[in-house]
Amino acid sequence: AAARGCGGVWRRAWQRGAGGPAPAPRGQRALACNVRGGAVPAGKSGLAPWVPVVGLEIHAQISSNSKLFSGSQVQFAAPPNSLVSFFDASLPGTLPVLNRRCVEAAVMTGLALNCSINKKSLFDRKHYFYADLPAGYQITQQRVPIAVNGSLSYNLCIDNKMSQMVTKTVRIKQIQLEQDSGKSLHDDTRSQTLVDLNRAGVGLMEVVMEPDMCCGAEAAAAVRELQLILQTLGSSQAVMAEGQLRVDANVSVHHPGEPYGVRTEVKNINSIRFLAKAVDYEIERQIEELESGGTILNETRVFDSKLGCTVPMRDKEGKQDYRFMPEPNLPPLILYDARSLPANMNHQQVVNIDWIHERLPDLPSVKRAKLVERYGILPEHSFTLLNEDGLAEFFEDVIKQTQMKPKKVIGWILKDLLSYLKQHSLTVKESPVSSFLLADLLNCLEKKEISSTAAKQVFAELWKGEGKTPLEIVKEKNLQLIQDQKDLEQICQAVIDGQENEVIICQWC
Amino acid sequence: AALKGGLRFQVSAALKEGRVAPTELCQRCLSLIKSTEFLNAYITVAEETALKQAEESEKRYRRGQPLGVLDGIPIAVKDNFNTAGIETTCASNMLKGYISPYNATVVQKLLDQGAVLLGKTNLDEFAMGSGSTDGVFGPVRNPWSYSRQYKEKSVPKSHSEDKDSNWVITGGSSGGSAAAVSSFTCFAALGSDTGGSTRNPAAHCGVVGLKPTYGLLSRHGLIPLVNSMDVPGILTRCVDDAAVVLSSLAGHDPKDSTTIQDNFKPFELSDLTDVSKLSIGIPKEYHAPGLSSEILALWSKAADLFKNAGAKVIEVSLPHTRYSIVCYHVLCTAEVASNMARFDGLEYGHRSDMNKSTESMYAATRREGFNDVVRGRILSGNYFLLKQNYENYFIKAQKVRRLIANDFVKVFGSGVDILLTPTTLSDAVPYMEFIKEDNRTRSAQDDILTQAANMAGLPAINVPTALSERGLPVGLQFIGRSFQEKQLLTVAKWFEKQVKFPMIQLEEGKRHDHGVFQHQKSASFL
Repeated sequence: AAARGCGGVWRRAWQRGAGGPAPAPRGQRALACNVRGGAVPAGKSGLAPWVPVVGLEIHAQISSNSKLFSGSQVQFAAPPNSLVSFFDASLPGTLPVLNRRCVEAAVMTGLALNCSINKKSLFDRKHYFYADLPAGYQITQQRVPIAVNGSLSYNLCIDNKMSQMVTKTVRIKQIQLEQDSGKSLHDDTRSQTLVDLNRAGVGLMEVVMEPDMCCGAEAAAAVRELQLILQTLGSSQAVMAEGQLRVDANVSVHHPGEPYGVRTEVKNINSIRFLAKAVDYEIERQIEELESGGTILNETRVFDSKLGCTVPMRDKEGKQDYRFMPEPNLPPLILYDARSLPANMNHQQVVNIDWIHERLPDLPSVKRAKLVERYGILPEHSFTLLNEDGLAEFFEDVIKQTQMKPKKVIGWILKDLLSYLKQHSLTVKESPVSSFLLADLLNCLEKKEISSTAAKQVFAELWKGEGKTPLEIVKEKNLQLIQDQKDLEQICQAVIDGQENEVIICQWC
Repeated sequence: AALKGGLRFQVSAALKEGRVAPTELCQRCLSLIKSTEFLNAYITVAEETALKQAEESEKRYRRGQPLGVLDGIPIAVKDNFNTAGIETTCASNMLKGYISPYNATVVQKLLDQGAVLLGKTNLDEFAMGSGSTDGVFGPVRNPWSYSRQYKEKSVPKSHSEDKDSNWVITGGSSGGSAAAVSSFTCFAALGSDTGGSTRNPAAHCGVVGLKPTYGLLSRHGLIPLVNSMDVPGILTRCVDDAAVVLSSLAGHDPKDSTTIQDNFKPFELSDLTDVSKLSIGIPKEYHAPGLSSEILALWSKAADLFKNAGAKVIEVSLPHTRYSIVCYHVLCTAEVASNMARFDGLEYGHRSDMNKSTESMYAATRREGFNDVVRGRILSGNYFLLKQNYENYFIKAQKVRRLIANDFVKVFGSGVDILLTPTTLSDAVPYMEFIKEDNRTRSAQDDILTQAANMAGLPAINVPTALSERGLPVGLQFIGRSFQEKQLLTVAKWFEKQVKFPMIQLEEGKRHDHGVFQHQKSASFL
């Protein structure tokens, strides 16, 4: 016999989900974000205006082969409890061993977010009882996190116009390394909870953003930029739908010149679109609550994407005292730079901040600037190129293979390729038209072998993915432009001969 | 790698020369365990696997390829070390019936070197105690209770009393391991030492008890009491044996990030020839209240022994040691509160039938699974860790701990090589006496002389020194510099040789041939 299996089943008393009355519909007052950082116009009551304050706590799952403190594999959607080591199941006597890759990912992310990296950081235990937290505590970095005091610049469109963009900055308070929890799967009909520990112990970076934002659009733009940075670095896959990026929003409102209001924390936001909705809803709700004489409770709320509103979270009622304590089984995490690196140590044994810094890839902002500079495309086009995974690379690949000017190529990428992709919900990688084929097509167009109308037709044919080259399609469909003088003269003569009356009229005019 | 020429276990010479076969040795130990069952030293006896291991060992000897000095040596392991396939209970209802899927690193190392694991020894629940009386499987009896030496000197109070009621405790919490070594049922045993849990029972049972430097031995697989102080302890019959076991266990473990990175060089002990180069420190604070006059006399006699041999013996001061108990209480309970959080009935161990809600299941499981001592420590620990108390208790205790450790740094920095102190305040007390006080009071008193070494992470060893007026063992403690086990053990060995601690004369054991078990002639120090 061995230790009891990890997939234990037990009854659960509390009911999951939102209770209480359905939320009342909110007023339709537009909460257009004031990009100059001003206050939201006064509410219906016509009193002083409100200033919404939004801060974010973002958990990014580290992209690594194994977990933060154990050798178990990290994999999304593996069979339940198939990736669980003795440590992950908190078997007595097991000890954490820090995964170097996770440390490097956090350092990379810290550097990309302009943080100062702490050469010495510490691990702490945060205690609470929960079914998917087998040890009864989470190992995190409460006292001294690995990175602090950074910033993230992001761009915001005004009035949804891509051509009007403003750059904003949010301060990053800190980045801390911590363990992910397992997953509880609630079976309400049988009033059971099943626990899957595959995720338990996976490395997370918690990125804490200062409350420098004031609306859903800002929060969404900041998170989108962070997501692009993480994906560029490879430190996290940051797919929100797979839970690799989880965003909690802290929201409060106050009158200008007054101290910040009581804040609520909004959880369970699983897409960037819902983030914007949840934040704006919560701002609205708080303003209405306060204007109708109510008060805001310091509580955790969950966003219900179906109802489009936030509701109090039942599980987390009451204040928790996490009883933080230093993790005694892990020595302080020491990082080195070129100056402090001991002479006799190799890269395998230590994490060298400078070494990582030198190898950072171009970040999205730099990539965009380079695209604009190199190809003379509009700044807003550079955003679109980076927003789709692989699109900028596709664009550059096409350019390499065609004589067409980049400014013209970009139109084909954004208007044709991208809309086809969107229409069929495909990623760039899944595109049936490769960069080679598109370049081939554009070359035909550039050599005036076909008209641009015909090119669109060829593109539509290429999209079918039947393995034909543009040239084959052109021939098959007889779409080529006629370039032979005699041929053209013959056609013209034929037209003229066939339309005698019209010719006469023309001659007389 | 096997130790070359370091055959210090007398019995390993016998094994090597074929005078005794591993299976025969194993069987003799197993039958001794049976005949001394009343000691309650073992929680689990792994007869079958032990015999299998002995057979394997025998094959290796026959091939002339033993794995090393430990091959075929019967050992016992405290029941708070994980052993794959053999129940690991921590003497708690919480883990009754729990079979771990893995071996603790130190257990694995012993097995890899051919040692024969006889079974798991008794302790206080989760090692919380100083008597080995507070486990769910009942108290451990000190083998010396049944020695001729004790029987001759103890006078029964009245004839109506149970003649058995005079038995004395082993000390704890590794009392089962100490009793197992002391009663010859094994040749070495693993204990654990957080505040004295190896040295205290070693002193009461008349065996050598070594607490290595923190970080020298892996804690992977040792079910923790206080992670920042726990070390696997070694209990043997003589200092040489302790050195052999230490050498086979020490070194970096990738599974324990708090072990030293440097390679550990196994050593064997040579005889100390020049005592005059030695500087022995006598910490005055160890004249603790409650120290028996008998032990005090023994202590100064031991100091004289060194002085007469030419060593420099000086009084030193460790001024913060007096705060050690209260400091330990805060740090220990805080870590206990945290470490015990995992026992919630979900993944392993006891689970209550209570199923009204997850929370009520947690509560009932922990209520049923832990004894009062464990629950009490969890409660105090959580109190100290509350946000409003953290600064005042936990942080302060950590600062005091630093001061205690710095005291040692200063003393060793001043040229002192080894500190000599008593291990316990008195000899072992009768069980009936012991249980009059609660666990907390007892632990506070009993750990007073041993705890500071854990606070500072220093190596320390109990060397059995003499018999008390009541015919019970008394030991003295040597504390050394960090990672200077070789020096510590060399001095301890010299001392051991001088004092000639007497052999236990077990009445129950008379039937057994002790030929290969004995290797110390009895001759008294006092």
